[in-house]
Amino acid sequence: SYLISFSFQQRIEIHKLRQGDNLILGFSIGGGIDQDPTQNPFSEDKTDKGIYVTRVTQGGPAEVAGLQIGDKIMQVNGWDMTMVTHDQARKRLTKRNEEVVRLLVTRQSLQKAVQQSMMS
Amino acid sequence: MSAAMDTESTYSGYSHYSGHSKKAHRQGRDRHKSPRSKDGSRSEKSVTIQTPPAEPLLGNDSSRAEEGQDDNWGETTTAITGTSEHSISQEDIARISKDLEDSVGLDCKRYLGLTVAAVLGLLVFLTPIAFILLPQILWRDDLEPCGTVCEGLFISVAFKLLILLIGTWALFFRQPKADLPRVFVFRALLLVLIFLFVFSYWLFYGVRILDSKDTNYQGIVQYAVSLVDALLFIHYLAIVLLELRQLQPMFTVKVVRSTDGESRYYSLGHLSIQRAALVVLENYYRDFTVYNPALLTASKSRAAKHMAGLKVYNVDGPGNNASGQSRAMIAAAARRRDSSHNELYYEEADHERRVKKRRARLVVAVEEAFTHIKRLQTEEQQKAPGEMMDPREAAQAIFPSMARALQKYLRTTRQQQYHSMESILQHLSFCITNNMTPKAFLERYLNPGPTLQYDRDRWFSKQWTLVSEEAVTSGLQDGVVFVLKCLDFSLVVNVKKIPFIKLSEEFIDPKSHKFVLRLQSETSV
Repeated sequence: SYLISFSFQQRIEIHKLRQGDNLILGFSIGGGIDQDPTQNPFSEDKTDKGIYVTRVTQGGPAEVAGLQIGDKIMQVNGWDMTMVTHDQARKRLTKRNEEVVRLLVTRQSLQKAVQQSMMS
Repeated sequence: MSAAMDTESTYSGYSHYSGHSKKAHRQGRDRHKSPRSKDGSRSEKSVTIQTPPAEPLLGNDSSRAEEGQDDNWGETTTAITGTSEHSISQEDIARISKDLEDSVGLDCKRYLGLTVAAVLGLLVFLTPIAFILLPQILWRDDLEPCGTVCEGLFISVAFKLLILLIGTWALFFRQPKADLPRVFVFRALLLVLIFLFVFSYWLFYGVRILDSKDTNYQGIVQYAVSLVDALLFIHYLAIVLLELRQLQPMFTVKVVRSTDGESRYYSLGHLSIQRAALVVLENYYRDFTVYNPALLTASKSRAAKHMAGLKVYNVDGPGNNASGQSRAMIAAAARRRDSSHNELYYEEADHERRVKKRRARLVVAVEEAFTHIKRLQTEEQQKAPGEMMDPREAAQAIFPSMARALQKYLRTTRQQQYHSMESILQHLSFCITNNMTPKAFLERYLNPGPTLQYDRDRWFSKQWTLVSEEAVTSGLQDGVVFVLKCLDFSLVVNVKKIPFIKLSEEFIDPKSHKFVLRLQSETSV
């Protein structure tokens, strides 16, 4: 058996949690076109300046919705996130009048492929 | 000094000490110094060559120290009583005769060389003048009259000779600072070249001009001018060969003193081994701290303890397996658990602490002493006329308060032999005269200085011997090792070539000095 690495897209719907005066999503982002892409530990291509999920708080809305650390956020509510600055990304995620955000994320996955021929 | 002793009693102990210090040691020194007593008048050091000797070098340190203590000594030698003051041992006789031979031989050689060079120089200088004057003297009437051009050439000859004279004086007329074992190759070559050159000119002159009584005086004068021109070019060659060639550094030389491992590096150009040795020795007197045999006693006692620790007995009878014996000794020593490293560590730590304490006391005492001395300004001279002292008296006045601390410090650092009371007083009055601070006065005593700083009697190193496997007139090469031996220690010199440096350039456009701020921020949402 051997490992195959591939990426698949997933749609995640997060319902924001109200904490005092703020609506929080429960994860942290890193990256952006104004940032240094070589320091991103999650990207496969070190020139990728996209927005990545760097941390997911335990039990927060993002974890409940299925967001995982290392996911690359491609769209937020239809807005493209692959060519935005860090601050623009933050603003798009924290709009005060939105209670639900729908993310399109790309996740890399490693799967073990079992050779069918060996089993049979 | 005795008047001061009467008034103060605190430093009488010091003078006592200096009178009785190491009497036996000094006697040993004096014995070896006797034939060389005229060294005091000669300022240069002599370097003699010695092929690697078959028998031990004269003045072997261990043999001298154990003269009275060697167990076998009484059995093998019969007529020598080495410990008495008035007898001379066999060693000394051999050394005296060797020294006499050396000194006579070297002087002859040096003066011979100088005489030859001087005679040749004089001859060479007078030759153009002779070339010009001889026709005038011998066949004046037949000569063509000397026109303007010819007289102009007289002036040029005169000035060129003057320049040659000044140049030769500047280059060659210097006090020889050392005596080298072999002849200086380049100088000899130049002398030979000059001799051949002048000889060929005289030959030509004799045959073509004197014999045939040439009447073209201008041609003769031009011939003399060409000689002087060629001599100036030879002088240029001499400068390049003797002075300029060795200026560019090509070799790095490491000099290590054999007794305590003190080492220095020097840069040298293309020199012969004997001249490199000379440079090393000149720098030795300035750079290396003075050789102090008192500092070596600790390591010698440790070595003696190691040797005494193990005795090997050969129970199998004759058939002395020496290498097997030594190997057995080394193995046993390695296995034995001895704590000499522990002793060394604690001893050294203790010694450092003691030295630092004494140093602190000394610095405080000297600072206090110096506060008592104030320089009198001219206005104040009228105010306190009774207390005026010259520097020497001032030094004698404040010396007692610091004498004890100084003596103790010198004893702890084993430097007491290098400073007599008289020298300390002299130095103190010198510092007072030149308005030096206490720290400047102490600089000479706190750390051992280079050999030049001390009295000649304490140098331990005046006669040097160059020991080398290659010929001493051959040039320095990478990897050459030679040793400069004197009576008590030796300097091992290792020559390394300066590596060939390949330097390339990289051009940076000044407009490329532009920067961006690369962040990596993380925001929680």
